[in-house]
Amino acid sequence: MLFPPLYKPPFPPFLPSHTRPSIPSPCFALKSPSFSPMATVSPTPLLKDELDIVIPTIRNLDFLEMWRPFFQPYHLIIVQDGDPTKTIKVPEGFDYELYNRNDINRILGPKASCISFKDSACRCFGYMVSKKKYIYTIDDDCFVAKDPSGKDINALEQHIQNLLSPSTPFFFNTLYDPYRSGADFVRGYPFSLREGVPTAVSHGLWLNIPDYDAPTQLVKPLERNTRYVDAIMTIPKGTLFPMCGMNLAFNRELIGPAMYFGLMGDGQPIGRYDDMWAGWCTKVICDHLGWGVKTGLPYIWHSKASNPFVNLKKEYKGIYWQEELIPFFQSVALPKDCTTVQKCYIEISKQVKAKLGKVDDYFNKLADAMVTWIEAWDELNPSGDISAKIPNGASK
Amino acid sequence: MSLSIKDDEIDIVIGALRPDLTSFMNEWRTIFSRFHLIIVKDPDLKEELKIPEGFNLDVYKKPDIDRVVGTSTSTIFSGYSCRYFGYLVSRKKYIISVDDDCYPAKDNKGILVDAVAQHITNLTTPATPFFFNTLYDPFTEGADFVRGYPFSLRSGVQCALSCGLWLNLADYDAPTQALKPEERNSRYVDAVLTVPARTLMPISGINIAFNREVIGPALLPSLRLGGEGKFRWETMEDIWSGMCVKVVCDHLGLGVKTGMPYVWRNDRGDAIASLRKEWEGVKLMEEVVPFFQSVRLSREATTTEDCVAEVANVVKEQLGSKDPMFARAAKAMVDWVKLWKSVGSSTSSPGA
Repeated sequence: MLFPPLYKPPFPPFLPSHTRPSIPSPCFALKSPSFSPMATVSPTPLLKDELDIVIPTIRNLDFLEMWRPFFQPYHLIIVQDGDPTKTIKVPEGFDYELYNRNDINRILGPKASCISFKDSACRCFGYMVSKKKYIYTIDDDCFVAKDPSGKDINALEQHIQNLLSPSTPFFFNTLYDPYRSGADFVRGYPFSLREGVPTAVSHGLWLNIPDYDAPTQLVKPLERNTRYVDAIMTIPKGTLFPMCGMNLAFNRELIGPAMYFGLMGDGQPIGRYDDMWAGWCTKVICDHLGWGVKTGLPYIWHSKASNPFVNLKKEYKGIYWQEELIPFFQSVALPKDCTTVQKCYIEISKQVKAKLGKVDDYFNKLADAMVTWIEAWDELNPSGDISAKIPNGASK
Repeated sequence: MSLSIKDDEIDIVIGALRPDLTSFMNEWRTIFSRFHLIIVKDPDLKEELKIPEGFNLDVYKKPDIDRVVGTSTSTIFSGYSCRYFGYLVSRKKYIISVDDDCYPAKDNKGILVDAVAQHITNLTTPATPFFFNTLYDPFTEGADFVRGYPFSLRSGVQCALSCGLWLNLADYDAPTQALKPEERNSRYVDAVLTVPARTLMPISGINIAFNREVIGPALLPSLRLGGEGKFRWETMEDIWSGMCVKVVCDHLGLGVKTGMPYVWRNDRGDAIASLRKEWEGVKLMEEVVPFFQSVRLSREATTTEDCVAEVANVVKEQLGSKDPMFARAAKAMVDWVKLWKSVGSSTSSPGA
């Protein structure tokens, strides 16, 4: 079953006329003067009071020892999945809050039904209770990787750089991220698009065990990702991608409500599609509201290959449901009056019910859970809707 | 190099804008010498070409161009556009085209990059424009489709165009290079990726390869800046052509890849001197990009020639009145399709 290209961009042309400035003079049009060869590259801000690290776990947090030099300044939100009577030991010296299933039930009451149990999808509870502007989430089997020169990669620092610098979703830059030192926009790139848009999501990658699905793992059990691709790029507007939650950062104030990781695990017919679901919803909403999603650096070292037979059971339905899900997301049209993430998300939930309910009743439940999630989010975060008019984060 | 592609299915087309190609050819010898080359001399270049021995090549100069297309038409092949004459007269399936100021590059391990082999690999493995793979090219050794990639999209589509990159002197416009005169691209990104459907990008003519049988007529000389010059900073012809190609590929369900191979682009010219000339091109892009983003071709356009003709029509209708340059470009596109049909070998195979 081949897809004809049935996707259409949300509204052509991509340069909304109200944002097109007249051609500025040369100095103005180019990247900010701080990029001139004379200026030194300013260090990445720590953002230690503006960023929470959310970690789902069911076992232990030993992996944090390796991350200590990079993570210690930050507040951690640990979401303990599985048996709440078990004690998860957090290494000394970290500032954290920990939530187990009892806490989730207590805090959300009946709305706790939208948070998955026995699946790392429960991590999105951490996004909801955080009070910070940015979130970094990482799996407990992900360690510090080394770059080709042998140096340890501070993944968090790279994610922060990605989030604080603009994205360029409207036109692809062939030299990838134009805001990186040593790079720029190429010939032919319109000057009116060179300011970019705010970055909502920074999607990192993995060396060693790649994020393959179960069938691929079964066919290639020994394949390891050894290729370090030294690039960050904006995923173009109108293009969907498989978002992996293993090494992911986002601007919670911008896109938080869209980062619902769905109904997975215990009592659900599907698993390992939590981050995929969040990624498709997030990308559609970012495209609609004019924000960017980046992918590429940083790499982490993914150490554990989960059991492919267990994975196959979890993913089985997802593998054939995604054939319906992709055309669905490619054709979602959000009306102009959806000007906040919450409104966009509720609208998507309605369309899920209307169009995917007939694929499986699971999608009716999921659509309801999406609404519950937004209600819970708004209750816990009553500061009001995040509008699309939010100004750019501080860029480099 | 894919074992199924024979050397005689490939033409290497070089536009000669400078007369002495000795060091250029010698640097590329180990990579180029097994292939047939088409060297097209810029009709404006007065000096004789100097080409070293030991290559299998055909050289076309102004008198040859005049003879094939007529003296009035041959003006379209001036400057960097001379390479299109090579595409026109080639009879091969694959064309690889590199600017004459580029040498082979070295990869991160210090090994010389066989740009021809990489381009051919890009063209002969599928492209995946309908969904982004976060591990980039899934068909390369050591990589695959990631979790969440729909299975029905994993066979991909035919790749029609392979866009390579440049180390050292990157393809910046004059204002950018003038602001950062010392900046050189030293970042070797070990990836090839498919440019998603409906996503446009500036396609540089410095280092490209394409399947001539499938997409040949869509690479065309048509937009010529009033002050077009002999440095890439002073042109937009390839950027315009590239937008057409991408729109046509998207319509016909063909893929475009970008990334490796890299070539080493030598320092040449003065960005500040070019600054004045190229400003015109920079302003044009503000119109050109939203225009191409909005172009939709009809269902009846099932061949590349038909697609190009339709794009030309839309250019004439929507852009023609804004600047005479666009009106001329539209006419040039229509003329090109006629020329391709009469001179070029027939390529009416519909897109994949």
